[in-house]
Order: sequence, then C-alpha cells, then structure tokens
Amino acid sequence: MKTLLRPALSLFVLLTAVTGLVYPLVVTGIAKLVFPEAADGSLIVSNGQAVGSRLIGQNFTDPRYFWGRPSATSPQPYNASASSGSNQGPLNPALSDAVKGRIDALKAADPDNTRPIPADLVNASASGLDPHISPAAANYQIERVAKARRLDPSAVKALVDKYTEGRQWSVFGEPRVNVLELNIELDSLH
Amino acid sequence: MSTHAWILLGLFLSVLLLTVKPLGSYIAYVMEGHFSLGGKIERPLYRLCGVRHDEEMGWLDYAYAILLFNVLGVLAVYALQRLQVWLPLNPQAFTNVSPDSAFNTALSFATNTNWQGYSGESTMSYLTQMLGLAVQNFFSAATGIVVVIALIRGFARHSAKTVGNAWVDLTRITLYVLLPISIIYAVFLTGQGVIQNFDAYKDVTTLEVKKYDNPKNGPDGQPLKDEKGNAVTESAETQTQTLPMGPVASQEAIKMLGTNGGGFFNANSAHPYENPTPLSNFIQMLSIFLIPAALCFTFGRMVGDTRQGWAVLAAMTLMFVVLAAAAMHFEQQANPLLTQLGVDPSAGNMEGKETRFGIAESGLFAAITTAASCGAVNAMHDSFTPLGGMIPLVLMQLGEVVFGGTGTGLYGMLVFAIMAVFISGLMIGRTPEYLGKKIETYEMKMTSIAILVTPLLVLLGTAIAVMTEAGRAGILNPGPHGFSEILYAFTSAANNNGSAFAGLSANTPFYNIMLGIAVWFGRFGVIVPVLAMAGSLAAKKRIAVGAGTLPTHGPLFVTLLIGVVLLVGLLNYVPALALGPVIEHLLLFAAH
Repeated sequence: MKTLLRPALSLFVLLTAVTGLVYPLVVTGIAKLVFPEAADGSLIVSNGQAVGSRLIGQNFTDPRYFWGRPSATSPQPYNASASSGSNQGPLNPALSDAVKGRIDALKAADPDNTRPIPADLVNASASGLDPHISPAAANYQIERVAKARRLDPSAVKALVDKYTEGRQWSVFGEPRVNVLELNIELDSLH
Repeated sequence: MSTHAWILLGLFLSVLLLTVKPLGSYIAYVMEGHFSLGGKIERPLYRLCGVRHDEEMGWLDYAYAILLFNVLGVLAVYALQRLQVWLPLNPQAFTNVSPDSAFNTALSFATNTNWQGYSGESTMSYLTQMLGLAVQNFFSAATGIVVVIALIRGFARHSAKTVGNAWVDLTRITLYVLLPISIIYAVFLTGQGVIQNFDAYKDVTTLEVKKYDNPKNGPDGQPLKDEKGNAVTESAETQTQTLPMGPVASQEAIKMLGTNGGGFFNANSAHPYENPTPLSNFIQMLSIFLIPAALCFTFGRMVGDTRQGWAVLAAMTLMFVVLAAAAMHFEQQANPLLTQLGVDPSAGNMEGKETRFGIAESGLFAAITTAASCGAVNAMHDSFTPLGGMIPLVLMQLGEVVFGGTGTGLYGMLVFAIMAVFISGLMIGRTPEYLGKKIETYEMKMTSIAILVTPLLVLLGTAIAVMTEAGRAGILNPGPHGFSEILYAFTSAANNNGSAFAGLSANTPFYNIMLGIAVWFGRFGVIVPVLAMAGSLAAKKRIAVGAGTLPTHGPLFVTLLIGVVLLVGLLNYVPALALGPVIEHLLLFAAH
C-alpha cells in the first residue's frame, strides 16, 4: 500500500495538470483561432450592441413577432442562465393545464385561425432556450404577424422561407426556423 | 417509426461499425505497450512519479492502486467545490457548494456516473468544471478501460501472477487515446457552435421588454415564503438576457467520449451551447459508443481470437437495435390528453424535446445514452411517454452491458458471458470454460457479487426512498410517474449512468447521501470482484479446445448471452417496472 502512495499522488497531480489545464487551454487557443465567433457564443450584433445569440432563443409574446417554443425556465421564460425543461410527465394535470393556457393565448391573438395546433408551439423545449420552431409552427403564425404589422402575408412567408433550414446534410435533425433571426429581420422591414 | 428514424439508426450503426476495428486495434496496440514514441514521453514521467513501470502488479495491488487513484479524485473534486469562492476562474462569484451536494458530485464524477443534483451554470466555477469535473471525466473513463484490460489479460495469460501495471495503464489510455481524440473532437464541436472561452457571462439586450415575477430573498439569502408557504415575489421588468459562457467544448468532448454525461449546463446536451446542431448531435451519439464498441475488438485481439470480440459486439448490437427502435417508436406517439385539446398529433410527443432534434434524434439519443452508461441527455426523459421512458430505465437495469460505459460495459458483459457458459455447462453436464479457462467456484462467486450488487442497491434504495418522507418530498409528478422518478434515480446512480427523470428534486441531503452511496458501491462493488476474477483467471492454465467445448463465437452463444442478460434483468426488475411505467401507460392510453 505504502509503495502505491507516491505514484498515486504524483501521477494524479501530473495527469490533472495535463487534462485539467493544458488540455482546455490548448482547445481554447485553437478554437479562438479557427472559430472565434462560435467560441464566443455566436452573438448577433446590431448597431454595435449584442442583441442575442443565434443559438439561444428569446421570449416573444407580442403578436407582431413570431413566438418560439414555450420555455420552463424560472423565474422568467428563456432565462439563459438557468436552462431547464418542465419535466412534467404525460399524465401530470399541470402539463395539460399549461398546454391549454398556451392554446388559449394563441387563439386569443389569432381568433380566425382554425389549423391544427403544432405540437412544438405548445410543448416546452428541453433546454428552455430552444432557438427554433418547426416550419409548421412558423406557418401557423404567418397570418397573425402579417395582420399585426399590416404586411402582405406572402412577404412574411418569404421571410419565413428564408430562415427555414432543412435537415443538416439532408439526413440529420429536423427542418426548423430560427425565431430570433426571423424577428430581427421583420423589425428591419420598417 | 418514421423512415427518417430508420435511416438514422442504420447510418448510426454503419458508421459505428466502421470505427470498431481501427480504434479497437489501436487501443490493443497502445495497451500492449507497442506505441514506441510513448517510451520517450513516459520514461521521464515515471521517473518523476516514482512509478516502477517494468514491474507488474497482482490483482490486489492493481485494485488498491485504482481505488487510491479514485479516492484522490473524490477528495480533489470535493475540495474544489468547497473552496471555489477563494479560487481563480470564478467570474460569476459562485459561492462554495454545500457539503452534501459536493459529496454527491465528487463521488458521482469519480465513478463515471455524473449524476447532477446541481445546475452547472449557476453553481460551478470554471475552475471547478475544468480542473475538477472534466479531469474526473478523463480519469473515470480511464479507470473503466484499464479494469477491463486487466480482465482481458486474465483470459489472455496463463499461469501468471500479475494482471498489469495500473499506473502505466492509466497513463497510456489517458495520453494516447482519450486526450488526442478529445482535442480533435472539441475543436470540431466549436466549429458547430459550442462555446469555448473564459469570459464572464454576457448580457444582451432582447427585442421585447418582459415583465415577470421575481422571487424575493430574505436577509439570509433564502427565498422568502408567506404564511401559506408560497414564495413571495415582486414584479420585475427586464430587457436583458444573460448568456452563460465557459470552457464548454473541451468538457463536452470528454463528457461524451468517456461515457461520463455530466453537462456543463443544467440542460446538458439539450442546451444549444452544448449541442447546437443535428450534426453535433450525431457525432455526440457516435462518440458515446465509440470506445465501448471498439473495446470488443480490443478484447478479441488481445485474447488471440477476434471472433470472440465480434460475438460480444453482436449480442450488444442486437439488444440495442430492438430497444432503440422501441424508444423512437413510443416517442412518436402523441399524448392523447393533448390531442384532445386540439394539438396536432402527427409531430409526436414534443414536451421536453428540442426542435432541431425532433422525435427520432431524441429517442435514439435516449437509448444510446442509457445503453452506454453515459447519462447525457438531449431531451428530458421525465416528459417521455410512459413506455418511451421505460426504455432508458430498462437499458440501465440490464446492468449497463449493452455497449455500456468505457470498459465497464465490456467487463459487465464478460461477467454475463461467464454466467452464460456456467448455465450451459450445467445443462450439458460439463465443467464450464470460457476462452480456455475453467470457470470454478471462485469465479462464480465473484460473478454473482458483480451481477447482484447493483439490483440490490437499486431496489433497496428505491424502497427506502418511497417509505420515507424525505424521499417522497422530492417527487414532482403525481401518480405512478412519481414512483418512476425515484426508481429511475436509484437505477441511474447504482448503474453509474447519471441521467435522470429530472423532475425529482434530488439536491437534498437525503438524496445526495443515498445516491452518493449507491454510485460508489455500484462502481467498486463490481470493479473489485472483476479484478479478483482477473487475478484468478490469469493464474489458471489454458485448456485446449476439445469436442465438449462450447464454442463462444457463434450465433448459439450470442443467443445464450442475450438470454442470460434479459433473464437476470427481468427477474430483478419486472415488479418495479409494473408499478411505474406500465401502470402509467395503461392509465394514459386505456382511458382515452
């Protein structure tokens, strides 16, 4: 046992220095050199001010904006420093209540809409920070946004199409629309 | 299951299988000491550390060395958490972690469990993350691998007293396998959008101004409560979003590669800064299985018959395909209660899932992360459909042998292989043997301990938790799902997985201590008997293959092996599963 103590301690310290200091510093160096923008958080800068990150969603409730996924972070939705899902199970009455509330809010903002309600628009995301919605969820909101902004729906549709991404490399993931980027572009139309 | 899901599963398995042979033979090459450049790096290092690299260890010394190395890891991670407020690289000035949470996290990261009772982005300083948690990601992965290498040597050697040198093995696997792959992988991840910096959190100005209720804190820093026990809030207004930062990519790489699974952030691989794109997600899934699959080939190579390794890999793959397809299938089912409210059922169960991953990528990830003892999540398992959530639970309960953790999966499976030859030996009335080694009383005792220690911890732990007030207090979801949350927690801890039905409030002294005990004994309660078996096997003579030898590389043996794994799993867990997910499924679908 005693002969093991010195190798254990010194090897522990040495390998800790390699994997806990040298390794992250080397990766930071390379990352900052090759992918500086991504390493710093993929920020969107407008007029010299950071207005968000391409990867982190924001909370939208104004009918003039496209709404993103419901977010279960606290104390407010889309709190980026406290990522979290709702963790509600399928039979939990709180889940049905929450979904019903979200459906009511959608209907109140757009009473004439009779399309089926896209699931991702009323179910909370896993991170609470999901930057995307499905194309179906974006299409569901086109009429409302166009009306609130007094725009031609086809112009709004064109913007939605512009920010719709297909599957990555045609096989990975799901088609999606970046809500923040779409809303920033909507604002720039005026 | 959608076409997309089938294509994804097929592509995943094809790419994985392509990596098995090259990586598997590289690991064998490194662990057998053939990496010639290594000598130049290692010799001064060993001299500095007082390692006698040319002396091998018997199994007991090997076990002491591994235990000692891991105890040091526990102490280091505990100390870093308890002292972080006075240490550098803490731009958010996070306070020291509470003793019970620090105890739990230290044990959990040293045992490759990486159960997280805390939220990374509001608890851990950058220094604690990289120098404590990420280092354990390397060391616990290395530990699992060297233990299986020792066991493989037990089969490969004969009439030998030693199973290898633990210090040399740990150094080699860390420096030549885990580290180089992690560097390349981490840089790739930043390319996809994973952050890597040491900046303080960044405030950005959001498009909309938002009103919300902010909970008020009392003078002691604890949330204020009114007479009814509800939190006191004040209304607040903000146009600021605070983006978390940190050295995430470097930690993310080894978190997946070492089947650790402890996320930098609370939302783990669902967080866009940890797993930003479907491509990063695919590579993350692949990297979980990369080493566990390759080790099967390493095993075959080192025992001198690669067919043995392929047979084990085949058994793992067959079980995996069935259960992964089931997970994707069940998540494609919409929640009937929400369909009643007018939600379009065609998109499946989207609660707790990210849009970019959808159903297929989330279901497959859940199956992979629990088949391996990784425990990273890209969707919230607690919000899965009852049977969709049962698949991860079952995969862990099979003993984390379907690929399993780095090294742990293979040694777990080899223990089941010994069990399988023992049972078939009984059936045909011959002395059981595996790879030319006679399986005798001592091996069967060790096998029994290794197989039974985790179910004991899981079922006893769950029983204690549901019987005590402190255990029941953590439940979020009512009904049978609440029972599943507790069962999942103990299953995940004792099998060193680390994923959760995260609604359970587990950052309490009760759960921190109970689960801390479960992770430690679930880990070393298996490692010690496995090493003991390695020692006893190495000492045995090799017997020649005879007419009565059961071949252990054909379809018959693969079937036997799967049968034994399923049988043990079913006997242990069916009653508990019936009380949780099965009842919940009937309640959800029968009534609607």
